[in-house]
Amino acid sequence: MATEILMPALSPTMEEGTLAKWLVKEGDTVSSGDILAEIETDKATMEFEAVDEGIVGKILIAEGTEGVKVNTPIAILVEEGESVDAAPAAAAGNEAAPAGGSEAPASPAPVTAPAAPKVDLSPDWPADAPMKTQTVREALRDAMAEEMRADESVYLMGEEVAEYQGAYKISQGMLDEFGSKRVIDTPITEHGFAGIAVGSAFGGLKPIVEFMTFNFAMQAIDHIINSAAKTLYMSGGQMGCPIVFRGPNGAAARVAAQHSQDYAAWYMQIPGLKVAMPYSAADYKGLMKSAIRDPNPVIFLENEILYGRSFEVPQVDDLVVPFGKARIWREGTDVTIVSFGIGMQYALEAAERLAADGISAEVIDLRTLRPMDLPTVINSVMKTNRLVTVEEGWPQGSVGSYIASEVMQQAFDYLDAPIITCTGKDVPMPYAANLEKLALITTDEVVAAVKQVTYR
Amino acid sequence: MTTAKKTPRKSNTSADELKHYYREMLLIRRFEEKAGQLYGMGLIGGFCHLYIGQEAVVVGLEAATEEGDKRITSYRDHGHMLACGMEPGGVMAELTGRIGGLSKGKGGSMHMFSKEKHFYGGHGIVGAQVPLGAGLAFADKYLNNGRVTFAYFGDGAANQGQVYETFNMAALWKLPVIFVIENNQYAMGTAQKRSTSSPDIYTRGEAFGIPGETVDGMNVLSVKEAGEKAVAHCRAGKGPYILEVKTYRYRGHSMSDPAKYRTREEVQKVREQSDPIEMVREMLLSGKHATEDDLKAIDKEIKEIVNQAAEFSKESPEPSVDELWTDIYA
Repeated sequence: MATEILMPALSPTMEEGTLAKWLVKEGDTVSSGDILAEIETDKATMEFEAVDEGIVGKILIAEGTEGVKVNTPIAILVEEGESVDAAPAAAAGNEAAPAGGSEAPASPAPVTAPAAPKVDLSPDWPADAPMKTQTVREALRDAMAEEMRADESVYLMGEEVAEYQGAYKISQGMLDEFGSKRVIDTPITEHGFAGIAVGSAFGGLKPIVEFMTFNFAMQAIDHIINSAAKTLYMSGGQMGCPIVFRGPNGAAARVAAQHSQDYAAWYMQIPGLKVAMPYSAADYKGLMKSAIRDPNPVIFLENEILYGRSFEVPQVDDLVVPFGKARIWREGTDVTIVSFGIGMQYALEAAERLAADGISAEVIDLRTLRPMDLPTVINSVMKTNRLVTVEEGWPQGSVGSYIASEVMQQAFDYLDAPIITCTGKDVPMPYAANLEKLALITTDEVVAAVKQVTYR
Repeated sequence: MTTAKKTPRKSNTSADELKHYYREMLLIRRFEEKAGQLYGMGLIGGFCHLYIGQEAVVVGLEAATEEGDKRITSYRDHGHMLACGMEPGGVMAELTGRIGGLSKGKGGSMHMFSKEKHFYGGHGIVGAQVPLGAGLAFADKYLNNGRVTFAYFGDGAANQGQVYETFNMAALWKLPVIFVIENNQYAMGTAQKRSTSSPDIYTRGEAFGIPGETVDGMNVLSVKEAGEKAVAHCRAGKGPYILEVKTYRYRGHSMSDPAKYRTREEVQKVREQSDPIEMVREMLLSGKHATEDDLKAIDKEIKEIVNQAAEFSKESPEPSVDELWTDIYA
């Protein structure tokens, strides 16, 4: 049967083109792969190959013709002994229309004054649980060890995690307990071992990858985002990536620009990732256990300064803190202070000082940034009508600016003052002690911000 | 790659086996030609990288695998999927972005997966599949299941730093992974001699103690033989192996590549003198393993499969709008 040869689309954006030159003439026999014509697209001149075999029965568009629309018949291919008239008369252009048809994009959801959002206020552990004072470092190790005892497919990999017992001693004792098959020292090669760990998660394991610091994870960020976070979506739900990337994040002390950066806002942006940035040892433990069990890739942002700090940790069999549930550390009525990670230290200190001045601050620890418990924040703002956010990262595109934008859209009518986002300064971290202090967020700045929004 | 006409070598390959290779390679070629056609009609969008010319590489190596062995590759992945038995209709419908596609239309040409067939993608970032493939092998070693992973990448990707980070760890930990370098001689538009300091990529494992060899990738039997050797090495617990398979892509890097960096004569010469499908065809006919009619019947059967795949890819609806929001979290 005669077949029409159609003007091809030869680039993702081509709608029409110039039929620059025919390389065959009527009566020529062509086979699949032969070059029929040269076509100028919006980008380049391309050779156009035959798909079917046959004889060029008729050339419909002369060479040199400009503006030939994609899918216009340009020639007719016939079989031996067949006439051109056998070609289908109908224009073939319609065939290219997608079968499903796109639906009109949904109009933006109307912004309505919200009812108070539903907030999960259930306790994370029984009120009568016995408590033990533990450092963040010990809580993290206990969480990993408990999960590794419970599940053979969990392993820990990273630089100096095994024989050295961890660069920050988080994995102390783990090599002895679990052996070198499950506690694995890697060469200094973040891009490579992050990729291997992600691949092993595709292959059925549940890796915990320790980055000596998250600054070094920038070498591996392609695998974190392109390989780990997106694969479930790209595979239509077939294949996910259960993995935890963990390590210290943000400023330590006097380690300067390349070793002092807060990645909270970076990772918080990525759909497919979950992001935790805890403050207390109990949350470190409970969230780490949740992270290891989670079937999704989790970024677990720790803090070197907090590693040695002690908190009360409940002694229960299986301490698990869910993602997406903030913790109210201090109830108050005059202002809401929202923070996470080491920012909580400034938030809590500020609240203490403000209380002495007669200002009652409600302090919320987000604990996880993705998912983020915005209902708890909004609920609090509905009560206090004022909001200050506190973080160590940079101001542009900060976690606080996202919260401010959400609160503005969801609870605008409840705000009695502009939201202030307290952040680190917009500079690379300096080395000099006095400058470093200035670059970081301080309790004084949080107190001043609260006074500004409460008009004191 | 040699461009001289090759004499089909004598071998003990059975007629059925040869016919199988012919059929498998033809399926890939016809499928890709159809994909090119659908792209031309605007039914396939974005980037579309065709495998035409390289068919013997995956068909030969698949012949060396056992059930449960894994494979992972780059964005030039349609051939790998067909060779490991993934449904042509599912692949084509993914290319057209329809719900019947292997990723429900959400992955496209470069991102497809099949847990059932142990195909782990389909990766769009050049070189990323190399550590990912070593990671699959890491899991197999950890689980002690005797499986082997084929990690395919091109001569272009062979210059990525993560490849050498992976070589180091794969050798250090004796991972059962075969690094298959599909050297089609062009990294997009850059000829190998303009991008690569030493011509023999297979020797790059030497520094890590990884054995490597070069293979004629236009001869499916040579590829299979090399694959079997590499598999035996890995399964014996000796660690990774490198195969540099010399091949050639007839089409541009992607559909929108005019391929002005090489002459038409160069392409034509390979097509005429070293085509992998023609070679098997000749072996079948000269060895009297098949008649012209037998082969015509195979051609017809393949054409039918590909047409059905194309029809399915056009008829399957676009994903429902709800799919925008699914599969982000497990």
